[in-house]
Amino acid sequence: MASLRDIQNKIVGVKKTKQITKAMNMVASAKLRGAQNRIERFRPYADKFHDILIDLASRADASVHPLLEKREVIQNIGIILVTSDKGLCGSFNANLCAAANRLAKQKEAEGKTVKFICIGKKGRDFIRKTKFEIVSQYAEHMTNFDFQLASETGNYVIDGYLSGQFDEVHIVFGKFVSIARQEATASQILPAETAEAEAPAGASSEYIFEPSVEGLLAELLPRYVKVQMYRGLLDTSASEHAARMSAMDNATKNCDEMVGSLTLVYNKARQTSITTQLMDIVGGAEALKG
Amino acid sequence: MAKTITLEIVTPDKMVLKEEVDYVGAPGINGEFGVLPNHIPFLSALGIGSLYYKLNGKKYFVFVAGGFAEVSPAKVTVLAEVAEKAEDIDLERARRAQDRAEQRARQQQEKLDHAAVQAALARALHRMKCRANAVSEGTCRM
Repeated sequence: MASLRDIQNKIVGVKKTKQITKAMNMVASAKLRGAQNRIERFRPYADKFHDILIDLASRADASVHPLLEKREVIQNIGIILVTSDKGLCGSFNANLCAAANRLAKQKEAEGKTVKFICIGKKGRDFIRKTKFEIVSQYAEHMTNFDFQLASETGNYVIDGYLSGQFDEVHIVFGKFVSIARQEATASQILPAETAEAEAPAGASSEYIFEPSVEGLLAELLPRYVKVQMYRGLLDTSASEHAARMSAMDNATKNCDEMVGSLTLVYNKARQTSITTQLMDIVGGAEALKG
Repeated sequence: MAKTITLEIVTPDKMVLKEEVDYVGAPGINGEFGVLPNHIPFLSALGIGSLYYKLNGKKYFVFVAGGFAEVSPAKVTVLAEVAEKAEDIDLERARRAQDRAEQRARQQQEKLDHAAVQAALARALHRMKCRANAVSEGTCRM
């Protein structure tokens, strides 16, 4: 049985851990607010961009631009895995890695070659342990990123796509549904999917285009890829903070519970030692009388 | 008939500007174009340069790079990767960027990404020009 001092030390330790988890919870919630604001501010841009692109794509044939055209033979698959750099956020990164792994396995079963582009340290570390190849990685960026990162990675996959390194590119990211819910989501970013969404007819049919529909598409498509990348990054970052918040909240609650049960053990141990001491005294007194 | 047109400039990070204006001049990829209220629908890619708008007889300048403009009779929407109002331009940074680009253009001629250096230089120069224009129009404090 642990001594009284041991138990007391343990209680102090758990209380200190609780302070840390509580502080991390508050930091995460502040960061989450920031990330949510950024999503809010990005939305008008992304929505407008999407509308215009869909409208343009519906006017042009899919073969006018290589980023739109579906390739007949799809051999090389690129998967962009967006995760956080830091842990302590519950099963968040594990879920993302599992989703990416599942997608990769499925593509591999179809006889395709899968290559990974990892943004964030956790995903990179995970993929390293699998047999899949990492062609590019961006670690230590997720804590503080701007559109530049989306641009950089966007350019990388576009170059890779055009040069034939990839025939299809998917992104796996943590979609931010709500504070309590984040979903590991996979979506295709290249070739750009625009066909299924029909443009609103009539309203904007009399546009003048400058330079031309094709010229505009050539300008817009690479940017559209970056917009989607940025969205994935923003969502993942918000999800990460939300996941950390709830993980830390749970940890704080567990600390409370542990302090409770440890205190119980401590009190019992104290009681036992008092009883033993009393027995000794009583025993000694009896002996003296005798 | 509407006398003003709404100008909206949006970047991935924020909404830079939303205002009722009298006239918008934008640096289209095929040359500058002007937009008055009740313009026909029009969609154009933008180059790097100064966009300006007129309001109460005064000209205001905004630096834009890498974007496009959608024009409808009552509204101009500019989606740009970078957009800075003249008074928000960091002149010091633009000067440094110019130096850097010029230096790079002189060095290591072979493996130089000419397009990137040119673009960086153009951005720096246009930033400064945009600011200078705004100052000479009196719509920006020094």
